[in-house]
Amino acid sequence: MQLFPCPFCGPRDEREFHFAGEIGKTRPDTTGEVSAEDWARYLNTQRNEKGRVREVWMHLTCSELFVMERDSVTMEVLSSTPLREDVE
Amino acid sequence: MTSHRITQGGLIDRSRPLRFSFDGKTYQGYEGDTLVSALLANGVRIMGRSFKYHRPRGPWGAWVDDPNAVFNVTLGGVEFPNCPGATTMLRDGMVTRSVNAFPSASFDLKGGLDLLHRWLGAGFYYKTFIWPDWHLFEPMIRRMAGLGAVSAEVIEGYASDQMHDRCEVLIVGGGAAGLAAARAAAESGRDVVLVEDHDQAGGRLYQLDSVEGQTPQDWVADQLAAIEAAGGRVMTRTTAFGVFDHRMVGLAQQGPFGYAPRLWRMRADRIVLASGAIDRPVTFANNDRPGVMSLDGACEWLARYGVLAGRNIAVLSNNSFAAPAARMLAEAGAEVTEIDPTTGPIRALGSKRLKGIEVAGKRHPADTILVSGGMTPLVHLWRHAGGKLDWDERTQAFLPGAAPEGMAAIGAANGTFDLDQALTEARAVARDEPRPDRAGDYRVKPLWPEPGSKGRQWIDFQHDVTLKDVELAARENYVSVEHLKRYTTLGMAQDQGKTSNMAGLAAMAAIQGRPIPEVGTTTFRPPFVPQPIALYSGPHAGQLYHPLKRLALEPLHRAADAALGEYGGWLRPGWYGSGDPAGHVRAEVIKARETAGILDASPLGKVEVMGPDAESFVNFIYYNTIKTLKPGHIRYGFMLTERGNVMDDGVIARLGPNRFVISCSSSHTDHVRAHLEAWRQDGNDPDRIFIHDLTQQWSTLTVTGPKARDIVAALDMPLDLSADAFPHMTLRETTLNGTPVRVARVSFTGDLSFEISIRSSRAADLWQALCAAGESVGAGPIGIEALSVLRAEKGFIIIGKDTEGETMPHDLGFGIPRQKKQAAFVGDRSLHMEVANRDDRRQLVGFRVDPGAPPLPTGAHLIGDGDTPRSEGYVTSSYDSPTLGHPIALGLLERGADRIGERVAVWHLGQRSSATVCAPCFFDPEGERLNA
Repeated sequence: MQLFPCPFCGPRDEREFHFAGEIGKTRPDTTGEVSAEDWARYLNTQRNEKGRVREVWMHLTCSELFVMERDSVTMEVLSSTPLREDVE
Repeated sequence: MTSHRITQGGLIDRSRPLRFSFDGKTYQGYEGDTLVSALLANGVRIMGRSFKYHRPRGPWGAWVDDPNAVFNVTLGGVEFPNCPGATTMLRDGMVTRSVNAFPSASFDLKGGLDLLHRWLGAGFYYKTFIWPDWHLFEPMIRRMAGLGAVSAEVIEGYASDQMHDRCEVLIVGGGAAGLAAARAAAESGRDVVLVEDHDQAGGRLYQLDSVEGQTPQDWVADQLAAIEAAGGRVMTRTTAFGVFDHRMVGLAQQGPFGYAPRLWRMRADRIVLASGAIDRPVTFANNDRPGVMSLDGACEWLARYGVLAGRNIAVLSNNSFAAPAARMLAEAGAEVTEIDPTTGPIRALGSKRLKGIEVAGKRHPADTILVSGGMTPLVHLWRHAGGKLDWDERTQAFLPGAAPEGMAAIGAANGTFDLDQALTEARAVARDEPRPDRAGDYRVKPLWPEPGSKGRQWIDFQHDVTLKDVELAARENYVSVEHLKRYTTLGMAQDQGKTSNMAGLAAMAAIQGRPIPEVGTTTFRPPFVPQPIALYSGPHAGQLYHPLKRLALEPLHRAADAALGEYGGWLRPGWYGSGDPAGHVRAEVIKARETAGILDASPLGKVEVMGPDAESFVNFIYYNTIKTLKPGHIRYGFMLTERGNVMDDGVIARLGPNRFVISCSSSHTDHVRAHLEAWRQDGNDPDRIFIHDLTQQWSTLTVTGPKARDIVAALDMPLDLSADAFPHMTLRETTLNGTPVRVARVSFTGDLSFEISIRSSRAADLWQALCAAGESVGAGPIGIEALSVLRAEKGFIIIGKDTEGETMPHDLGFGIPRQKKQAAFVGDRSLHMEVANRDDRRQLVGFRVDPGAPPLPTGAHLIGDGDTPRSEGYVTSSYDSPTLGHPIALGLLERGADRIGERVAVWHLGQRSSATVCAPCFFDPEGERLNA
């Protein structure tokens, strides 16, 4: 069972967290034209990378979103940063 | 004389005899015995039957490696199924019976199945899927499958404690290496936990005369005392059954028999695996006969329990541990013959009773054959953690190779089988010093199954997998060990392949002419030994798993004789009054339509959205346009997912320029709050929007019905309630006896309604005042069941009941924002994808039935009239409307909006009926009563 570091609450049991998405996905501007392909890519395409990944998670008990960097092979957690402080 | 107990030695307490029974006969054992050691001491050899052929089975091993002795055990009137006899400690008064045998293990009526073995080879039942017909065999196979029977009685209080702990060094296994490592680590200042699955630590040391100049008992006691003196913790009767992510080790700590084990989730900075090794069986003809046992097991029975496994023993071993073992058994009084198994074909002689062994044509009389095919390290936890295994030619075993982070293996688990080397290695590893090379005096000759050899040679004793089955699987191309396992069920018995996997994969290697390491092992998965499911769940059931949300007014509802039930996570009144629920619900519906109903609507979500960007935020979150909503006004709308599917509906009220209250469905509040938080923080400036869930802080009481205004008017509120001053879909903030209240004119019934929200601590006064005022006009409390009928009469939907995962707002008749809304909103683009534009979408409709026909069953399918009838939708809500005097129903139907007036066939559990499609609103379609 994994321990995830919430930037606000410290290390907590994985069951308190909810995966929100891979980082770097930008919602298309829907006030303009968005092709069906672009929208489908936004909805459905996941990189699902092997190795080092950066993801957005929510700590359900404090409701804060944060960016967690981890290794999807070894499950090692490399860092966690509040979403609003994430600069990459 | 049948006793196999020797007069002295062992760890049992001969001053404490224990009585127990097995298959109806009474026996005596001692405190410290396992079920198997006690039975062996009494001369019982046959303790069970194999799974498929019902062959007689005696114990193979003395501890976790025994696949054969499996019992149902009754103690204190409660029966526990499938207890492994080799590891279950004897208790006075235990009533045990063998599993998979009737009437007893020694005489089993199904023993005749063995004669059919030619037709019941590997995968025989898979073949019946193809030919002649699985259904002919299915009933018989299902009846015969499974081992012990589960008692139907629920065991009160059988719940595992759930513990969480951490340590610096966790040492798994309290044998020589584990004890030495634990002491060295503890004495160098580490926080150490040592776990040992026996009652008494010491591993196989009790087989020796001395350890480092002491008796084994003294040496073990000294190590334990030193570990505890240095602050280490020792947990006996505790099995480390799995290593999980982030170095969490699952520990199952046994309590008294009949109590659930305690689960420890132990997080260790470092794990030292000292789990030891087990003896491998040798594959020869009739090697499954009772009396063919593990050599190491026999030594353990002797050393720990004072039980001599046989009197005339043939020791069949390919390794250097045979000589000291034979010496030990001979000293205890047995006649021992050592036999080299590598000289020619081997066959056990005799059937239920062993008569001897034949090797290379030479017969040796024996009542017991003790077998050692070499030591197999217990590397399960190493593999759970992702450690690699390397094949070692010298020891003929898979040994720990590249280590997972923070983990080390020592002693026999690491292939260091000799005591002195193991102690040196353990202490070096514990002190972070360089470990010595693997070396030692242990010698073993390669000895593996020989394909093509004669006789029935068992590889998996419990599941009846023989060498011929492995050969058959190979012929049928199940050559991967993972396929071999599933096709033959090799390694899927209760010992999870501890005795059978090595022989199975070696047989496959030999058949294919490949080296053993190339064939590889199957995946090692937790748990290391079987655990009850209750271990993992602990007390997390019922209220402790999903606590009910409680209403502030629950005591008043109880006083009013409410029938409380769980609705969307809340405990709330379904109806009021005992006896016939349908009658009460009907009366409440009629009351609400004729005078008024008073409903505790407190679970309704009350999520406030505040801040300078609140308006644009809610406008983005909602399908409907919200930015044009004026303060004091309310709008009904949907929240969608990004896929355009309806997530929730409800009303949103604007309290001021920068403040909104979202009134989401009672059961969706937590989900809606998380949805709002996610969008607030991702894509918005979170310092300009604030979300505050006040559902629990505010109670809401709804008065609905033609007399609602009269009842609310009786409250001391400075508020003009007239329809002109306070129209439908508006909200007023005022006070009631000095307490702030919000009064909303919204309706979920189709009748004039007032929703009054007040802080929960003042809700009781409001409830009593409303009930008192209601009583004078014939109004009173109504429950959620009546509300469900009232809203369905009006055609108001419940999200998740009258919608499904693909429903979009235009399927529900709300198509305007999809066409007109300019601003971006969640799910907007999805509403114009191909799937959203399909003309066969399931749309919300109502259904009428013929006069006198019963209500449609909820969930009934609507069947098209094409050549191949198929479901075109289903009934989502159905009631016998007390207001209208006939059944009503809502449902989702393909192209429903275009099919008003059409007859549709209805199918439910084989019954057919029919209905007429109509508009979903049955009551006051013009809305006169709503706007009154």
